[in-house]
Amino acid sequence: MSSANVPELVCPAGSLPALKKAVDAGADCVYVGLRNATNARNFTGLNFSDAQLREGIAHAHRAGSKVLLALNTYPQTHNAAEWTAAVDAAAELGMDALILADPGLMQYARDTHPQLRLHLSVQGSATSYEAINFYHRHFGIQRAVLPRVLSLPQVEHVIAHTPVEIEVFGFGGLCVMVEGRCALSAYATGESPNCNGACSPGSHVRWEQTERGMETRLNGILIDRFGDDERAGYPTLCKGRFEVQDETYYAIEEPTSLNTLELLPTLAAAGVRAIKIEGRQRSPAYVEQVTRVWRAALDRLRTDPEHYAVQPGWMATLNKVSEGQSHTLGAYYRPWK
Amino acid sequence: MKLALGPHQYYWPRQAMLAFYASIADTPVDIVYLGESVCSRRHELRLDDWLDVAAMLTAAGKEVVLSSLVLIESESDLKTLRRLVGQAEFCVEANDMAAVSLLDAAGRDDWVAGPTLNIFNPQTLALMQSMGARRWVMPPEMSREAAVALRAGCATPPELEVTAYGRLPLAYSARCFTARHFNLQKDTCEFRCLGHTDGLRLRTREGNPFLTLNGIQTQSARIHNLLADLPSLQAADAQVLRLLPQGDDMIGIIDLFHQAVQGTLSGPTAFERSRALMTDEACNGFWHGRAGVEQYVRT
Repeated sequence: MSSANVPELVCPAGSLPALKKAVDAGADCVYVGLRNATNARNFTGLNFSDAQLREGIAHAHRAGSKVLLALNTYPQTHNAAEWTAAVDAAAELGMDALILADPGLMQYARDTHPQLRLHLSVQGSATSYEAINFYHRHFGIQRAVLPRVLSLPQVEHVIAHTPVEIEVFGFGGLCVMVEGRCALSAYATGESPNCNGACSPGSHVRWEQTERGMETRLNGILIDRFGDDERAGYPTLCKGRFEVQDETYYAIEEPTSLNTLELLPTLAAAGVRAIKIEGRQRSPAYVEQVTRVWRAALDRLRTDPEHYAVQPGWMATLNKVSEGQSHTLGAYYRPWK
Repeated sequence: MKLALGPHQYYWPRQAMLAFYASIADTPVDIVYLGESVCSRRHELRLDDWLDVAAMLTAAGKEVVLSSLVLIESESDLKTLRRLVGQAEFCVEANDMAAVSLLDAAGRDDWVAGPTLNIFNPQTLALMQSMGARRWVMPPEMSREAAVALRAGCATPPELEVTAYGRLPLAYSARCFTARHFNLQKDTCEFRCLGHTDGLRLRTREGNPFLTLNGIQTQSARIHNLLADLPSLQAADAQVLRLLPQGDDMIGIIDLFHQAVQGTLSGPTAFERSRALMTDEACNGFWHGRAGVEQYVRT
């Protein structure tokens, strides 16, 4: 396999230390966000100031890595200036690309800074080549990140019908709903990924030890209850246990991580141009470990594609950092649906 | 203020669906949205059947709009979409950017920007208008305040349609949660949605109804009901109220909205009466900029 066919490795950085770890561990691209609602990981203690962005970009560029800025929430009428200011700042800082979801903001970026490279965020919910080509035609996007809903043949079909580079999720927390089409968090808490950059926000979380076990609540709504022998998970709304027709189970999705290491040769052969690792809210140590494993896998694919096989050591490392210590191929594997 | 019957989100047997729309012909709704917007595996009614229903309702004096699928995954989904856009008789509700793209390319200037397009600011709305959108269904999670501000920022705002009744469509997935409940795969789901007129209720482990599983769609368990909020809907210049079809007494609900809009019944009185027709608790939090699950009464 020629190196042109090996996807870029796109890694998360919720902080400057995480960015440095990702770059030093071999990330081709690092994606970051600002400290406000302009990005979909708007959590306390996370993200970048302008000064940190400058330092991060300098560090990445010295190592030959790129930095992408996620402005992937939807500006509201009263605060849209915050988003356009972020686009202007990105142009001034020399950001390698912007990851956007809102068409109005894309138009602003295209008109004001035509030299800026634009990527369509997964929050844009573009699941077909017709949708992706729409953003290409109107705003000149050069890459689109696919929501985690398509099977492998469907991914291949999209790639065959668009000039836009396709990026897919390879590893990390699994969003089971179509990104950009989920208001579950808004329904329960009033804060949403689309508008506030937050899903199941920590400010609404409550942990309570009761006679029936450890209960985790989101804005008062019981998301799960754990026995003494269970590890209590964070009350992410769609990964709780609920009752449907008198049966209690993970009715939407188990706490599990997406892991597509075994699909890597297939994804590369399909023409996937970049693999995204999820986890801007995770620690620098997590980012370093995951980046190292995926760098090794992609390098193996480039140097010895005939003998590519998932190494037990890679899996052991990823197992340690996976949600619920379990993996899924998600929608790439059709029966998961 | 017009009344619209939104797209039917559940999977009902063919005869039940046809009977439902036959009964709608005699109601005071002005606009009816038709078609399958949730799951491409649902085929009790195909596009030609929907066109027949559309013709019947048009003859009864209704404006008919054909709604497109929210989640497009395959080439066959796109094929259906192209047929929808290709017919010239009825206007189309675009629920995905693929639909917008095809409507724009076809030069149509009569379409409805659906609630899943994520239009949250005047710039994006103006773009959709420049491509032919003439009505905008605001996202269910948007507040009254945000909608008013958005329209105030428009040079020539399009018609505003607000979801005013029904279980809130909250999320869409590749996964079918109804099939999953029955330990079936989506591809061989045995069309289990057919047996559940109003979806499957999901409760917390304390037994409180929380969400509704409807195939690949997740809805609220509570019924969003803005009857008591009619004055603020009018003040917000909502020209169309969207009522989402359900298994409860829809004809009665339509009648209450009609009376409230006509002023023969006050909003609060109509709301109290509607409670007797509803199978679940009410909520209206989104309209007030709060968690959607809340039933908020301004004091």
